Amino acid sequence: MASNEEILAGLAEIVNEETGLAPESVELDKSFTDDLDIDSISMMTIVVNAEEKFGVRIPDEEVKNLKTVGDAVDFIASAQS
Amino acid sequence: MTTPTLKQSTLREHTRIHGLGVFRPDVIVTNEDICQWIDSSDEWIRQRTGIVTRHRAGKDTSVIDMAESAARAALADAGIEASQLGAVLVSTVTHPYATPSAAAQLADRLGATPAPAYDISAACAGYCYGIAQADALVHAGTAEYVLVVGVEKLSDFIDNNERTISFLLGDGAGAVVIGPSESSGIGPSVWGSDGSKHEAIRMTHSLLDVRELSLAALSEGPNALAAAAESAIWPTMRQDGPTVFRWAVWEMAKVAQQALDAAGVRAEDLVAFVPHQANIRIIDEMVKQLGLPEHVAVARDIVDAGNTSAASIPLAMHRLLSEKPDLSGGLALQIGFGAGLVFGAQVVVLP
Repeated sequence: MASNEEILAGLAEIVNEETGLAPESVELDKSFTDDLDIDSISMMTIVVNAEEKFGVRIPDEEVKNLKTVGDAVDFIASAQS
Repeated sequence: MTTPTLKQSTLREHTRIHGLGVFRPDVIVTNEDICQWIDSSDEWIRQRTGIVTRHRAGKDTSVIDMAESAARAALADAGIEASQLGAVLVSTVTHPYATPSAAAQLADRLGATPAPAYDISAACAGYCYGIAQADALVHAGTAEYVLVVGVEKLSDFIDNNERTISFLLGDGAGAVVIGPSESSGIGPSVWGSDGSKHEAIRMTHSLLDVRELSLAALSEGPNALAAAAESAIWPTMRQDGPTVFRWAVWEMAKVAQQALDAAGVRAEDLVAFVPHQANIRIIDEMVKQLGLPEHVAVARDIVDAGNTSAASIPLAMHRLLSEKPDLSGGLALQIGFGAGLVFGAQVVVLP
């Protein structure tokens, strides 16, 4: 079970790997599309890598609800509990 | 009364690809052309899809015309006469008649009559479905030589103004002749479907809706019919890109691995990887998921040809062999996946 801080750090690492963005730019209030400029295809790669890293399942229909980094952290945290 | 001994077909041990031929139509559609219809840029399209141009066929070039060109080239490459064909299989989703098939007319044009001939509707997996069937027919002794054609005129079923799939699509044809072999040339087929995801890649509506929509517009007078946007009546393709991407990469990497395992081949034994040319990002991510070593040549015909559905694998294989003739005789992993959803994969010896 990872803490929210650990999930954020893990997500930042995944985002960095996919997009090259600095991990510290991946903050809770950042929008994946508007702030981080992540397109729907990159988002799927991030989602699949997050599933593997955190041992959770993020269904396709849930992905569009994950607008900010915080949304993703919350979803992963609740899916883990 | 004596019971006769029922004879069955004589099984053959090995099959292989004897010849390969393609047809690339000559209308080149650039990303600049695409940007007249959708708000985009050359850079955006290249980055997101890898596509620089697509080849499309003119009004006077039909699915059967393209199939014939590719088929004649494949027969010549194989050194086989059309009259020797024991079956003609055409994989297509864009022959604009529900019946009769494109395959029967193609067989007749080639001089293969009365060879059995039928179409396969398996979209972007159509070529691999065709190989699975041809391989089985030759193995089983049902046919000696089988022609498999993957052909599409997708440009007849696109809406230039929508941005989920139309800008990716191109036209073309690729054909192979499958026949008996002294040694193994086609590994076991790993193929399947998942119809629960039939809406992930789809047509906007059915032919019955075309009738309803046309009659409804006509009932308001000829002007209303004329004014109805063509795209509102004519069915065109759509896809849910992210869903397809996820399925194509992570589910299909497993299928590709199964095809390797079934063939008893490791990734490092391959000389080439020829996936369906859907999107360069799917191709690149699959290469990563499969852990293909550097020496494996990866087909990226999509850059020039766009996504040609059932035609994409033979087209991509042909380009790879034209650019690197020394790959001939080596092992290639091919995998098709698309609307259905359907998928198919094999390891083959390159012709």
